[in-house]
Amino acid sequence: MQIPASFDYVRASSVDNALELLARYGPESRVVAGGHSLLPMMKLRLARPEWLIDINDLYELDFILRDGNKLRVGALTRHTTLLESDEVAALFPIVRDAERVIADPTVRNRGTIGGSLCQADPAEDLSTVCDVLDAEAVIRGPGGERAVAMSGFHRGPYETAVGQDELLCELRFPIRPRAGSAYEKVERRVGDWATGAAGAAVTLAADGTVEDATVGLTALGLDRTVAEAAAVLRGKRPAEDLFTEAGRLAAAACDPVPDQRGPVDYKRHLADELTRRVLRRACARAAQMAARMQEG
Amino acid sequence: MQISMTVNGSEFTSEIEPRVLLVHYIREVLGLTGTHWGCDTSNCGTCVVLMDGQPVKSCTVLAAMAAGHDIRTVEGLATGGTLDPVQQGFMEEHGLQCGFCTPGMMLTARALLDKNPHPDDAEIRQAISGQICRCTGYATIVRSVQWAAAHPAGTGWDGADTAVPDVAPETADTDAEVKA
Repeated sequence: MQIPASFDYVRASSVDNALELLARYGPESRVVAGGHSLLPMMKLRLARPEWLIDINDLYELDFILRDGNKLRVGALTRHTTLLESDEVAALFPIVRDAERVIADPTVRNRGTIGGSLCQADPAEDLSTVCDVLDAEAVIRGPGGERAVAMSGFHRGPYETAVGQDELLCELRFPIRPRAGSAYEKVERRVGDWATGAAGAAVTLAADGTVEDATVGLTALGLDRTVAEAAAVLRGKRPAEDLFTEAGRLAAAACDPVPDQRGPVDYKRHLADELTRRVLRRACARAAQMAARMQEG
Repeated sequence: MQISMTVNGSEFTSEIEPRVLLVHYIREVLGLTGTHWGCDTSNCGTCVVLMDGQPVKSCTVLAAMAAGHDIRTVEGLATGGTLDPVQQGFMEEHGLQCGFCTPGMMLTARALLDKNPHPDDAEIRQAISGQICRCTGYATIVRSVQWAAAHPAGTGWDGADTAVPDVAPETADTDAEVKA
């Protein structure tokens, strides 16, 4: 029977209250939201907080809100809510692509976007999604609120810019015209961690050439986005030979480790093939959005 | 710490350790052993209960986190001595063999049908994709849920008010009855 070691439990009643509790209980306290990463780690004694601060009552952090040219998503938004949001799917189809394959439907009822990002598992999907969408993390702490770009949010496996006395409150996604995005993951079975995955976001210029492209990889040993792959497309019309070249560069840039999910050459092959697929789909979706804008 | 929650419509208040998982609270403190306890790692789904109407894996929810919420377990599916259509469907279509995954499967099916009364087979398979059955290979589970979708409560599917119909399905032979 797997049971966590003893701890004390307290339920936060507001963001301010959560920050007070974090300050009061210090480094031995941890915030719990969905709990589907933290509780398993506590059962295995990989995490052993003395205080658990439950933020599930902070409904003010459970929202999806369009605000000018940004989409604001509260950190306590459940995976299921993100998956089912038509607004999110229309603006950022990559989110639905990824959410479909995050854990399983029952786990998605509990897990949150903020929890996934703060857990920062190297095989976690939403980190890549937020990377390629150029999202901003809004973090609150005793000193007030700050916004951190995704490139500065990740500090390494299980490490983020969120300080011990801080709370991730919101993600902000820039809405761009003529934009498309896609995500694809290879997993051995439903709910497994990714063997490998890739995400891409593309914006087209008015003349149909690629204005900007971003490619990210999950579980393939690359924290940053694949700048080399994106550079291949910029200023050019989307074409199959460019996707092929971008895939080759993504495979060369990544640094996967061999494990029971596959050897290095197989994982590099995934980086290559999945990069091509997500770029192909992201470009097609961007072209669709551009066409809709012209009609509208 | 003291917690209170509603389980199958009744309010329970208990003194527990914060580390007690919801599955053990339900089984050991409340004595409702219909909720099964399986893998401990939120993979198998046999411990699924409904929390505010949504399926959750109760091995990965603290009882303390469920305090103040509305929990429904398999014991809460039948109402007034009448089986839920999902339960009846699992009987009619042989949705179980050993029965270990069944409580979780039925609760997920109930939540699915509440949201989507006419799911197609793919939607049913998607809904139960976080749950493992090692006996039937899922085909009969999908058929059981489809049976329930075709016979919603209150449509007089059998007209009877018995908790367990005492008449075997017409197609069943004696051997099948014994095995079941």
